[in-house]
Amino acid sequence: MTQAIHGTARERTAPDTVAPGEPPAAHSVMEAVNLAQSYEVARGMFAKSATVKAVAGISFRLAPRSTLAIVGESGSGKSTLARMLTMIERPGDGSLLLDDVDVAEADTATLRRYRGEVQMVFQNPYGSLNPRQTVGKAIEEPLLVNTSLSAAERRARALDMMARVGLRPEHHGRYPHMFSGGQRQRIAIARALVLRPKILVLDEPVSALDVSVRAQVLNLLVELQESLGVAYVFVSHDLGVVRHMADEVLVMYLGRGVEHGPRDAIFDAPKHPYTRALLSATPVADPESRRERIVLEGELPSPFNPPAGCPFNPRCPLVMDRCRVEMPPLERKGGQLVACWAAQ
Amino acid sequence: MKEPLLSIRNLTVSFDTARGPFKAVDGVDLDVAPGELVAIVGESGSGKSVAMLAVMGLLPWTATITADRLSFDGHDLLALAPRERRRIIGRDLAMIFQEPMSSLNPCFTVGFQIREAMKAHLDLSRAERQARAVELLELVGIPEPERRLRAFPHQLSGGMSQRVMIAMALACNPKLIIADEPTTALDVTIQAQILDLLLRLQKESGVGLVLITHDMGVVAETAQRVCVHYAGQQVEMQPTRGLFADPHHPYTAALLAALPERAKGRILPSIPGVVPGLADRPQGCLFSPRCRFATETCRRVPPPRMGSELGLALCHYPLVEGVPQNREIAA
Repeated sequence: MTQAIHGTARERTAPDTVAPGEPPAAHSVMEAVNLAQSYEVARGMFAKSATVKAVAGISFRLAPRSTLAIVGESGSGKSTLARMLTMIERPGDGSLLLDDVDVAEADTATLRRYRGEVQMVFQNPYGSLNPRQTVGKAIEEPLLVNTSLSAAERRARALDMMARVGLRPEHHGRYPHMFSGGQRQRIAIARALVLRPKILVLDEPVSALDVSVRAQVLNLLVELQESLGVAYVFVSHDLGVVRHMADEVLVMYLGRGVEHGPRDAIFDAPKHPYTRALLSATPVADPESRRERIVLEGELPSPFNPPAGCPFNPRCPLVMDRCRVEMPPLERKGGQLVACWAAQ
Repeated sequence: MKEPLLSIRNLTVSFDTARGPFKAVDGVDLDVAPGELVAIVGESGSGKSVAMLAVMGLLPWTATITADRLSFDGHDLLALAPRERRRIIGRDLAMIFQEPMSSLNPCFTVGFQIREAMKAHLDLSRAERQARAVELLELVGIPEPERRLRAFPHQLSGGMSQRVMIAMALACNPKLIIADEPTTALDVTIQAQILDLLLRLQKESGVGLVLITHDMGVVAETAQRVCVHYAGQQVEMQPTRGLFADPHHPYTAALLAALPERAKGRILPSIPGVVPGLADRPQGCLFSPRCRFATETCRRVPPPRMGSELGLALCHYPLVEGVPQNREIAA
């Protein structure tokens, strides 16, 4: 019966826009269909306000216990996407399906129920914890808001979660300033997981951490995924970390997906010139490797005034006349989806 | 070897804190030859920036700087009068900072800020300074330099601001540039542009470059020689290829092993624990609480400095091909 009701929603994803490696719709824990968001930005007292398309049509399906990495530079719209996925912001267009329910158009009560299933870990562990709240309080707060557990039960759940992320019970009464960056990120992870969400959205979770601590936190995320079966949406610009963590990779440029597919396809045979440039620009910790480096010219174009045609065309080494007029669709080429006229 | 441009012996910087003196830099040695590119790697709190700020004389009065030798281009920086020192700093010795957006003054145009250094150090007329500023912006790859000189920092992107910072550092033809995490705040594609620019300028003008970074990838792609810092101490120094092929200090080895791109399995070989702070500084080797090869000796006795064949490692049992040496003798 559910099939009949929600069949219309399912049909919005045409079969050729599903990336290889993605699960069938019925098996995905989250499905995004053409998610888009734009903002009105005032440009001074007398100027007309401008519209910025922060995210312009992103689709994906997330399999349970898997990791989808969203890769892009600043201004690519990856944080806006993360905010829509966690229902902090209502999508401007498109739909976001959780359990066959489109939360993009859901009422407040439904949203409230589903927010517990998608939790978020923020980039900066120094800014995302309240300095006047003890660690225990911070971890228990989601339970206080979303469940009717007693104080003792909340405390037990918090201590259990703290043990899972490698915090000791005596840390329960301490304040965030008493912890290092790596430990704070553990606190943030514990707080996000205490409601036992199905999906965790991680916005650059390790970019503020040092190498040795970063390895500890990445290991913790791998272990938690295995023991709790949570799916990750991993937003990052660090391709070394993405290659280590991801099952599927979605590369964004100026609010659009330019390449989307299984990790090995993206890293071993990147097809979009932007993905190639990104990969070749990432420094490799091996002085013996002499690679050809594609250095892109220029910077990300202003989102107020995106170029006509393909958004990457002003910086693209393979640019053709068609790229300046017509937007390439995200279509299957080889083992992944690519939005490029020149890609084979 | 050529006469070193910058020569540091046993540099120590300690800060007076409410809980007693804290050694941020502890016995650092460094020689940089003209035209050489040396990288200093370390995690936060390793004292890598503080050591270089001490060379620049940019530390606050709470810092106590001692060194057996601290000389730059024949001048003894410790004995130099402040007036003399200011004549060198900014002219022959320049620095590029990490956060390009916050190290430019928002109240002045970038042109003013580039010309300011020339006004202080060079004997040029106003028109000559303007011409030189245009030339510098062209050199660092900023289009329409005349127009950009009139721009304020908030009108520039992060990559542009860093180019301006590099132009400022180059303004007086320095002999040595210290770049403190010059690309950390930038996106990968912009980072590649800035690194290429720094390497090109270094090759063309023969300026010495000290690159402070925490990114092993950046080190591998740029530096000729690497110093590894840990908790204020210099634990290893080697030519880049040697360091990546056969690290001698267990910390360097562990740091390289913890990189996701070098990992083999799903679980990374991480380093347990954190860098020691003021309160929990160990008695012997500072890395001993986190080291998987540590023995009783390591915990009790501060380690000796090894020879250059062992990468000047500060360790009782330096690694060769991943195996600790001298173990039998101590046992």
